[in-house]
Amino acid sequence: MQKEITCTINEKQYVLSVDVRKSLLDILRDLGITSVKEGCGVGECGACTVLIDEIPADSCITLAVWADGKTIRTVEGESANGQLSKVQQAYIDAGAVQCGFCTPGMIMTTTAFVEKHKDCKVSREDIRKGHAGNLCRCTGYETIISAVEMCLKDSDNNDSGKN
Amino acid sequence: MFAIERYNKAQNVKEAVNLLAADPDAKIIAGGTDVLIRLHGGSKEYRNLVDINGLAELKEISEEAGGAVRIGSMATFSEIMDSDIVNRCVPVIAEAVSTVGGPQLRNTATMGGNICNGAVSADSAGALLVLQADLEIQGIGGEREVPVVGFHQGPGRVSLKQGDVLTAFRIKPENYKGFGASYYKYAMRDAMDIATIGCAAAARLDGDKIDELRLAFTVAAPKPIRCEHAEKTAAGKPLSEKTLEAISDIVQKDVKPRSSWRAAQEFRLHLIRTLTQRVVRQAIERAGGKF
Ligand code: FES
Ligand code: FES
Repeated sequence: MQKEITCTINEKQYVLSVDVRKSLLDILRDLGITSVKEGCGVGECGACTVLIDEIPADSCITLAVWADGKTIRTVEGESANGQLSKVQQAYIDAGAVQCGFCTPGMIMTTTAFVEKHKDCKVSREDIRKGHAGNLCRCTGYETIISAVEMCLKDSDNNDSGKN
Repeated sequence: MFAIERYNKAQNVKEAVNLLAADPDAKIIAGGTDVLIRLHGGSKEYRNLVDINGLAELKEISEEAGGAVRIGSMATFSEIMDSDIVNRCVPVIAEAVSTVGGPQLRNTATMGGNICNGAVSADSAGALLVLQADLEIQGIGGEREVPVVGFHQGPGRVSLKQGDVLTAFRIKPENYKGFGASYYKYAMRDAMDIATIGCAAAARLDGDKIDELRLAFTVAAPKPIRCEHAEKTAAGKPLSEKTLEAISDIVQKDVKPRSSWRAAQEFRLHLIRTLTQRVVRQAIERAGGKF
């Protein structure tokens, strides 16, 4: 069964006819948005994390039809005019990328986390909790946490992130 | 692709009730974090779905004029954790649901789903049991309100009939005002894990005595439970180590933990005794008591 949905993906409007049996992960990858990875398919690993109306969600356990009327962000939309986003740059600077499989999902979680905490004091433990839904088999997380810290320190109008 | 055979999106609760009543095999899909995982695992039970995701009328969190707190069944765990009303009136619910899964899960999973799927390990169940929440249910015969105490029937089973839709949780003021409450989840990992044992307590004091204690456990029996013997033992007792010991000794009469790959029965019993003391103490301290 097909259903027509309208949504915005990385600032582009889409009208899509989607199979109700598909996940949001499925249709994003069908559209060629392949930064979104299927790790586990059951909401455990976070490799498929996207922002839906600015909130991180596992797209593998989100029905595609639920994207109707929503705004979706993936890593493909994060750089502008050849310039990486602050979060992307911080991951590079901190050496937080190894095989890269977890990275797109991780970056979307960080993007929402930094936005939500830009005016608060955040500990490394808070960062760990905030990223607990994203697994990484390579880095051991320390460099990822450092990348998140760098983003918080760099936030405009934010001094409180320094500790 | 999920093996969904029939899919209907309900435009409102009434329509959801009718769609469910019309198809004896139809199941509700809410936040999807349970149903979609089961479908992914090949379950045939969820082939026919009635979708209530996105029903804004079920998301509201409010405080009624009389002081009752009302939490829509489709409020996500994150929305509950961030709610001023919840944090001010019934913070133990926020404390409990903040232990569920990880951030992405909490952003989509709902408290309605956590209770209606009958999970023995449901983190919200302990908190709701000690607050004696009421469940607002709409069904074919109209609307009714039932207590969450007694709602769970067994593993994965709750007292809902085909056609029933849980619309909200209601916590009456007499069930939270004057109480201090606490929830502790023991799991092997700090995140993305299921409780080995979950313990919730709510205490109201009368001077330096316990006026009323409510104690609940998850994973300590085939369903989330309240602990009658322990609660009776606590009533009227002074705030002392001896009282805590007496409560944690008798609690074994209330529980029936099993061995599983997660933990052996003996270990679960040890956790139950230890957590009883820890959580009851914290509930009492939060009620203003000192040991
Ligand atoms: S693929 Fe979605 S959480 Fe693992
Ligand atoms: S960099 Fe390889 S999984 Fe994270």
